[in-house]
Amino acid sequence: MLHTINKSPFENNTFTTCVRFLQPGDPVLFIEDGVYAVQAGNRFGALIQSVLKKNNPVYALKPDLDARGISAIAEGVKTVDYAGFVDLVEEHQVSSWL
Amino acid sequence: MSEEQDIKKIMHVMRRAPHGSIYTYEGLEMILIMAAYEQDLSVAFIGDGIYALKKDQDTAGIGIKGFSKTFMALDGYDVEKLYVDRQSLEERGLTEDDLVVDVEVMDASEIGRLMNEQDVVIHH
Repeated sequence: MLHTINKSPFENNTFTTCVRFLQPGDPVLFIEDGVYAVQAGNRFGALIQSVLKKNNPVYALKPDLDARGISAIAEGVKTVDYAGFVDLVEEHQVSSWL
Repeated sequence: MSEEQDIKKIMHVMRRAPHGSIYTYEGLEMILIMAAYEQDLSVAFIGDGIYALKKDQDTAGIGIKGFSKTFMALDGYDVEKLYVDRQSLEERGLTEDDLVVDVEVMDASEIGRLMNEQDVVIHH
C-alpha cells in the first residue's frame, strides 16, 4: 500500500503516526507540505533512515520540492515527477494520510 | 458481475478529535451512507480520532448536537469492525472502558496489516 503524506512534519504528527502502521515494503510518498520531511539535515532524518532500513521506499514529489526551494534531500529518498506519482498510484492501493 | 463482486473492503480511519473540525462528523456520515450500500466496512480509530468514542460527551454547552451516540448505532448498520490503536489509547490515559462502544484494541502493526487488505482506505 502506498502511503501519501501532505502535511509538514513540524506542525503535524501525520508522518510519525504513519510510520507506526507501515507494512514491510510499503512505499511512502511526500507531497505538498509533506516534502519538508525530506530536507537534508532536519530532525526527521533519523526517522526517514529507519523507514528506508526496513525496506520501505521513500519518495518526494519533485515539483513540490522545487516550489519550496528544497534541493538537498535526505540520503536514499527518491524524487518523482507527476508521471512517477501516477506510476506509484497505478502499482499500489493508496492510503492518503490527510 | 454478481452482487458479491460489488462488495468492497473499505476502511475508514478516524484521526481527529470530534468537535474541533468537521472531519469526524463527515466521516461518520460517509460510513452510514456506505453501510446503506452493504459494503464490507471497518473503522480504525487512531490518534485523536479515539476521542470521538469517549464516554460522557455533553455538547449542550457548545451549542452542537454531538454524535457520539451515532457511533453506538453503527452496530445496527452492520458496521461491527471497530479497531482502536493501543498506543493512541494508552497515550491519552484511556482504556476500553472509557469508550461508548465495544472495540478491538490492536497494535499498529496489526491495524496496518488490515489496511493492506482493503480495496479502499479513507482517512478523516
